[in-house]
Amino acid sequence: MKAVSIKGVSKQFKAGVTALQGIDLDVEPGEFVSLIGPSGCGKSTLLRIIGDLTKPTAGTVEVNGKPAERARRDHEYGIVFQDSVLYDWRTVAKNISLPLELLHWSRSKRNARIKEMLELVELTGFESHHPWQLSGGMQQRVSIARALSFSPSLLLMDEPFGALDEMTRERLNAELLGIWQETGSTVVFVTHSIPEAVFLSTRVVVMSARPGRVAGLIDVDLPQPRTSATREEPHFFELVTQVREQLAVAGAPLGETQEPALVEDQA
Amino acid sequence: MSAIAVEPSKRGIAGALPRAAARAVLLVAGLALLWGVWEGYRWLGIRGHWTWPFTVNDTNMPHISKIWHAFGQPLQPDGPPLRHYLWHWAIFTAKEALAGFALGAAIGFFLAVALSQSRVLRRGFLPYIVVSQTVPILAIAPMVVVGLGTKGVTPWVSVAVIAAYLTFFPVAINTLRGLLSPDPEALELMRSYAAGRWKILWRLRVPTSLPYVFSALKISATASVIGAIIGETPASLQGGLGYAIVNFNQYYSIQPANLWATIIVCALLGIVFFLAIVFLERLVLKRAPENIA
Repeated sequence: MKAVSIKGVSKQFKAGVTALQGIDLDVEPGEFVSLIGPSGCGKSTLLRIIGDLTKPTAGTVEVNGKPAERARRDHEYGIVFQDSVLYDWRTVAKNISLPLELLHWSRSKRNARIKEMLELVELTGFESHHPWQLSGGMQQRVSIARALSFSPSLLLMDEPFGALDEMTRERLNAELLGIWQETGSTVVFVTHSIPEAVFLSTRVVVMSARPGRVAGLIDVDLPQPRTSATREEPHFFELVTQVREQLAVAGAPLGETQEPALVEDQA
Repeated sequence: MSAIAVEPSKRGIAGALPRAAARAVLLVAGLALLWGVWEGYRWLGIRGHWTWPFTVNDTNMPHISKIWHAFGQPLQPDGPPLRHYLWHWAIFTAKEALAGFALGAAIGFFLAVALSQSRVLRRGFLPYIVVSQTVPILAIAPMVVVGLGTKGVTPWVSVAVIAAYLTFFPVAINTLRGLLSPDPEALELMRSYAAGRWKILWRLRVPTSLPYVFSALKISATASVIGAIIGETPASLQGGLGYAIVNFNQYYSIQPANLWATIIVCALLGIVFFLAIVFLERLVLKRAPENIA
């Protein structure tokens, strides 16, 4: 059974923009897959389709063998956005506890899990802080803890470190890999940073823009566990170059980093 | 790991005392300034025979000291001093205002919750809610009092209903705005947890709306006092500040200080209501500083 199975997915917005066309992609359980591509290639849209936060106009998505909507209702995945989306009025512990409350976990079970999660993201001691008292990197770690608190088998991440500075980003990359290995979950990760994609992933999906398609798949065979030394290995640079060339073929305007907002017409 | 958290602002006893002292000094300075402006304007106006926008004389602008003095003067020969009456009238009006405020705030809140659930409802009902506030309260007040009176409702309750009429509107409008204000991603997060309408409402929309609710409550708190005072007038309801204002108006040319004293008490009552909400907000609302309205 595939962790994620995407077949012939297309997405057209009401304004007539084709965001995605004919996407086929399978993700095996335990894989760390990055979606990378130029602005407007629909990588965030594809992530939202996997999470059933938006519907494809054609094609099917299955998560753990279930249709995407069923999978969402069964809490098969946790999601992390670029913004941490923490609730201001809740403490760190209470934020992590939110999905657990929605799943009707008992208080003692919740507290035990909160403690575990705080240890996992190395925030023990901050449980009674409010989000605005934390740095951006810490907020994002809380967000990851919340997404993993109910042990979903799949973690969806939409440029989670995009708003952080380079040093924090690299540190959190390393931490995320540690968490991924510890939990054994499958990760689908959207980014527009090539080194980040290569460092984290077991496989990189290069996408092209307008319409968004899969332009290439690159297996990242860097050995695990990866450390900061990995970033200095020649093979790391070879893979980075490989991804960059694929992106160039896919028509990526290099240096462009801002993704234009693809606003779905809800009316 | 260099985990840097911003420390919660330190407000120990050491910091609290000078803060309170500074506030007290500021309050006294403010009152002194008001007194100076009043007496200064009065002095200039009387010397210059000012007639615009009003004639400045002892009737229109009595000395502050005279107003202060009026609080201690008996209303009837050998009766208790004015402040005794003012206290009881203020309590009476406060009761009406509080009941009206509670009623209006509850109606406003639940109205907003209902409207937040459906765009059709908003399109249909919002215009009428706005229209409700364009109707002059002075025209409605007698109808409410007479109408409810024939149903056997105690007059002070009718006045509370009028106060509620002024209260519900800001609460409804602001709460609705607050309920509709969560970020799209915050809503997507709830959707990713397969949270239903009610869970989204109580766990996301209502908490997000609270800063909006509290700004509305601050407006409504003072409006409910005004509503109660105005409501007493057409109801010819004795025992409150509204009736006292009508009454002292008739003796204004002889004893202007009594009316001024009553006005000061009305203002104080409004301030007490306002401060009560501020206190409640501090107690309840734990938000990033920039998210507190």
